[in-house]
Amino acid sequence: MLIENTKMKSLADRLAGDEVKGRSLWADARKRFFKNKAAVGGLIVLLLVLAFAVFGSSIARYSNETLDFSIMGQIAEKGGPSLSNGHYFGTDDLGRDLFARTVQGTQISLAVGIVGSAIAVLVGTFYGAFAGYVGGRTDNVMMRTVDILMAIPYMFVLILLLVVFGRSIIMLFMGIGLISWLDMSRIVRGQTLSLKHKEFIEAAEATGVSRLTIIRRHIVPNLLGVVAVYATLLVPLMILTESFISFLGLGVQEPLTSWGALISEGSRTINYGTLWQLAFPLFFFIITLFAFFFVGDGLRDALDPKDR
Amino acid sequence: MTDTPLLSVRDLHVAFTLRREGDWPWTPPRKLHAVNGVSFDLAEGEVLGIVGESGCGKSTLARALIQMVPATGQAIWQGKTDLLSLSRHAMLKYRADIQMVFQDPLASLNPRMTVGEIIAEPLRTHHPELGADEVKLRVKALMDRVGLLPNQINRYPHEFSGGQCQRIGIARALVVGPKLVICDEPVSALDVSIQAQVINLLMELQRDLGLTLIFIAHDLSVVKHISNRVMVLYLGRMMEMAAGRALYAAPQHPYTQALLSAVPIPDPVRERGKVVIPLAGDLPSPLAPPSGCVFRTRCARAQAICAELAPQPAAGDHLVACHFPGPATVAAEARAPG
Repeated sequence: MLIENTKMKSLADRLAGDEVKGRSLWADARKRFFKNKAAVGGLIVLLLVLAFAVFGSSIARYSNETLDFSIMGQIAEKGGPSLSNGHYFGTDDLGRDLFARTVQGTQISLAVGIVGSAIAVLVGTFYGAFAGYVGGRTDNVMMRTVDILMAIPYMFVLILLLVVFGRSIIMLFMGIGLISWLDMSRIVRGQTLSLKHKEFIEAAEATGVSRLTIIRRHIVPNLLGVVAVYATLLVPLMILTESFISFLGLGVQEPLTSWGALISEGSRTINYGTLWQLAFPLFFFIITLFAFFFVGDGLRDALDPKDR
Repeated sequence: MTDTPLLSVRDLHVAFTLRREGDWPWTPPRKLHAVNGVSFDLAEGEVLGIVGESGCGKSTLARALIQMVPATGQAIWQGKTDLLSLSRHAMLKYRADIQMVFQDPLASLNPRMTVGEIIAEPLRTHHPELGADEVKLRVKALMDRVGLLPNQINRYPHEFSGGQCQRIGIARALVVGPKLVICDEPVSALDVSIQAQVINLLMELQRDLGLTLIFIAHDLSVVKHISNRVMVLYLGRMMEMAAGRALYAAPQHPYTQALLSAVPIPDPVRERGKVVIPLAGDLPSPLAPPSGCVFRTRCARAQAICAELAPQPAAGDHLVACHFPGPATVAAEARAPG
């Protein structure tokens, strides 16, 4: 009898008790992600690079625009990395502080990568989800448009854009944004097609939830895993594209700079014994790309445990 | 309660057009008649069981009623509105009255939403004026009603068992207070012991809330337990429809007799003595159904007329679509002269 009473009491307590907090699939994925050492390492590196871009200019002793006349003309001898004269990364060919220049280049390159992949995420996700969910003729028209856009050699178009409309950072963002969402929309559409016939979508349709709400509430949240993975892998690709264009001399314009432009400058002066001009931008470029790829891999493993 | 049936279905047809890969654009697409001329009345508070083999159009019939697949014919709701003729927008009003419970409990719940959000979705769709607290209160009350702990409102579907997930599905169907609930094989994916729990829950809810149910299953014993009336489908056509007791005690259609004889009896002695009527051959392709009576290719009683004329069920309480209806013993006699 006593036992029954305690049982009943505990049951009553549980009923009246606080709401149990559920563990969402996101929480599960986060746990798996933080168990992945390479991915966490990548994430830490990324945070450091980000901190470098944000706070670097306040650490730098010189602005990125001032020329150091005491060094000018003797870059190879006096312009090397030094703590004593405040040029931590040395100076560039014109005597500008390379540390400040690298901070500036990091800001621009990260911005290009993140903006490019943000456009891809926003446009690509909704375009692909809409085409996939609505289906039929709409889907056909939308996806054939993507096919046609993909068939255009984008590097050629990008270079043409920059030549015709002048080299500006806005033009660069636009050009990269125009191409970045194409792949994303294809991936998202494919995923949507497989989601579309799940019973929970059918249940929402039977209840009378509107199409846009179904896309927003049921399809997009279930796509976000794939989108997140692809977006993190897209950022380095965007950075690479920008760097390539800047390397060709068509990217960002002086006095702005980017990793690609800095690497390009550094590679031109490599013969004069100023190796640091290439090494520092290249170092940041490489560790960032690696970090993004590691994080992307970690996200993929964390969000899609079935694949392992 | 009035005499007008809640739902009156007349001559319902569902046809899918199939286009094979590699067909020329001008090749006429083939038609697959998934449901072919089904009619029935559904009184308020009644439970109609629909049984048949896989691919006989059970689920399609249910989906046609709520415009999930395009259909022709009539489905008169409460003697006034033809559901099949309504536009997408006009249908919206009736979706709160007709809800559905799905076959796969886990697949029918969005894995990214909490149980509370899932159950509240119909409420948010049809009663957007309700405040968050009111919605939560109703969801919790309903969770309690279907045998879930209300404090688990913030959990996710993957944290529940199959039976619990089906209870969530039932709660979602009931939250807007529907008149008709279509259960599309709600227990087929569950263990036998859980099946019984879920069916008892459905029966209890049906009785207490005065629900009308369309209960689809391929398991005759499950349907027997819950239904007032049972309809047997074969290749999209109604073979026999009668009150549950009459159908199980004295099936008139040879197909129903074959189906019933295949149901295992949970008693080894009686099971051994049971006469099983085997069905010859396979289910014909629904793309090219047999002429006349669709069942004739597998029927022991088939005669020349069966190939020519599709049998029409006579009016009455016990509808049989067969030229030679009768109890199972008559089947043997009918076979002898032929």
